[in-house]
Amino acid sequence: MTTDAIIIGSGPGGSTAAEVLTRAGWSVVIMEKGRNHLLDPNDLTKPAADYSNDEIKFISRYFLGPDPLIEPRAFRRSAEEGEHTHVGEVNSIPTTVGGGGTHADGKVPRFREEDFGLLSIHGPQEGAHVDDWPLTYEELEPFYAEVERAIGVAGREGANPFAAWRSGPYPMAPGAPMYGAVLSSAAAEKMGLHPYEAPTAANSVAYDGRPACNNCGYCAFFGCPIHAKGDPVALLTKTMATGRADLMAETYVSHIRIEGRRATGVDYIGPDGVERKMDAKWIIVAGGAIETPRLLLLSGMEHPALGRHLMVHFQTITVGHFSELRLHPHKGRAVTHVHDDAMVQDERSRAAAAEAGLPWIRGGLVEHSGGGLPIMEARHSPWGRHHAQTMRDSNLRDRMWAFIMQGEDLPYPTNTVDLSPSIRDVRGFPVARVTYQPGPHELAASKHHGKILQSVLEEMGADWTIHTSSPGVSYHGVEATPVPESRHVIGTARMGDDPTTSVVDRWGRVHALDNVVVADSSVFVTSSGYGPTLTLVALAARAAHHLAGTEPS
Amino acid sequence: MPVWLTEGEYAILRAACAEMMPSDQGAPGAEEAGVADYIDTLLGAFTFDPPRIWAGGPTSGRMGGEARFATFHRLSRLDELAWRMRIEGSQGIPEREFNGPVIGLQERYRSGLVALGDDFTQVDGKERRRRLRADAEFCELLHGHCCEGMYGAPEYGGNRNGVGWDYIGLKGDVQPIGYSDVEVSGP
Repeated sequence: MTTDAIIIGSGPGGSTAAEVLTRAGWSVVIMEKGRNHLLDPNDLTKPAADYSNDEIKFISRYFLGPDPLIEPRAFRRSAEEGEHTHVGEVNSIPTTVGGGGTHADGKVPRFREEDFGLLSIHGPQEGAHVDDWPLTYEELEPFYAEVERAIGVAGREGANPFAAWRSGPYPMAPGAPMYGAVLSSAAAEKMGLHPYEAPTAANSVAYDGRPACNNCGYCAFFGCPIHAKGDPVALLTKTMATGRADLMAETYVSHIRIEGRRATGVDYIGPDGVERKMDAKWIIVAGGAIETPRLLLLSGMEHPALGRHLMVHFQTITVGHFSELRLHPHKGRAVTHVHDDAMVQDERSRAAAAEAGLPWIRGGLVEHSGGGLPIMEARHSPWGRHHAQTMRDSNLRDRMWAFIMQGEDLPYPTNTVDLSPSIRDVRGFPVARVTYQPGPHELAASKHHGKILQSVLEEMGADWTIHTSSPGVSYHGVEATPVPESRHVIGTARMGDDPTTSVVDRWGRVHALDNVVVADSSVFVTSSGYGPTLTLVALAARAAHHLAGTEPS
Repeated sequence: MPVWLTEGEYAILRAACAEMMPSDQGAPGAEEAGVADYIDTLLGAFTFDPPRIWAGGPTSGRMGGEARFATFHRLSRLDELAWRMRIEGSQGIPEREFNGPVIGLQERYRSGLVALGDDFTQVDGKERRRRLRADAEFCELLHGHCCEGMYGAPEYGGNRNGVGWDYIGLKGDVQPIGYSDVEVSGP
């Protein structure tokens, strides 16, 4: 019997598609190349108990994968650098059941109306393929609302004056604000900015059978031990409860089998290392904006836009030191406050754009945060006689506060994902090669907004501040790696109405194939400055409802 | 008894760790935390069943709940391959060399400890520090593992009785209690 759909990838996009389709009566097989640490192996309708407050396991030892020894990626800034300059971790998002949703700290902002019409509203940028999306915020709003309810988002309607309109309130109120964020928000307000409680998919109250977050602090880069984070465990447990889904973990799809305009199924390698085939009526690809184009390329697909326009969110990082404060960033949800001001045009940003010779600049969501992990602090502290006292004083953790701006990357055709000519994964397949560097827009926006954020930290009382970025542009002489730290990967199979310039149509269906749909952030036309998760989940829900002929609930 | 290192290597490692994170004026150091045991346990992870790579979850028992950290996860076929590559190196085994040879942690430690010298435990602190700094790559490797052994979960063999966390005022893992809203939002 042929299953209705094979879904490749069990992260937020794949999980959402699976939940919508099984609810509509479809049978699906979810193939996930990573291990299952999310769902109880004895009852896949319940969460597992594998996650923990363990910095060694999650940060040092790749518990959520991918392990760069067996699944590396290659990186270079540009083709002029040769085949690659780095092999190993590159924008790694967990390779595990639940995908990127498992390690994210759960900030899930919606995009705003103008994010879907950048070309029409702001105009082009030289060297970048700035374009409008083939859909509007109005079309996506019902799906935003549906998935916010499904995963459980805590937030406060009206808190953000720049937010897009909503058809209803958030499913629950925000959780407890972190002490540092209370102080940084007050300073930001004094400087004329508009901080607000970050919309977060971590329960502030018991919700949908999962408990309220208890502020353990092991949020960003960790799986939640009590499953207060709803994405995507809420979707996967519901999917499995329908009885219409098979979850195949440790199952690597190596090839989509294509005949003419149709995919007939996939070739996959199971946990035993044996290659097999499976047929399906539909193939839904949800591997993320690096693994999805890799698989399509491995499957022989060709399109001039496939693998192009990779965007990662150029991160501007400003840090302040507070000798008189203990900010205890290890308590709470990692990030409880954000502000959107850097994405709103004002006189100062227009002047900064003009100074840089650009028509406009847009920054990104600014996260108010600190770093709460002791091993990470120790690694940046000197060894020797003063080590213990340095750690006790905690100048690099407990007395620091930071703003991280997830700056909007423009879609440059020269930032790409393709197949490495020489590096292989453990199964013998070419790995993804990322070619990425920021352009003039990202650098100008970072420089402009970084200075503003430093001034907010000074208003907050910082003894000193620094302003740097990821990847590798330093404003204070500390060179960083050219490999982006960002885990937001976007673009590479953009959507559009024109099959010659876009890979998928407005429903995520591959133009050249009648039964292959992409359900992840690959399809984004532009990156906005918001984390991509909620938007990719809403798009996946929209695509799945379109396939099933159903409406959002 | 060390798990994987020889007695002589273990003695040098202990001295090197103590130089990196010395006990000082009441502050616990690598000795009190058992940092050398953490590293030795990692190097000998595959002498245990399951291998001591990933501690269990969701709770350690230190704050309540079951003491599950001590029950280590079983590794999949590919997990084991990756961790044997990382710890043992590729050793000319074709399955481990799909992107070329890999030098494992065991070999890096063995050669790094040889370079520190048989007399490392006898020389003074200044000379120990000079020798450590002479091999920047080994020094960085050792420092990273010292940090993990000092401030990681005790189930991995270091941070004995949580001395690293205690000294810097952290509780470490806090499930199933977490922190109250007042603790989160107040000074």
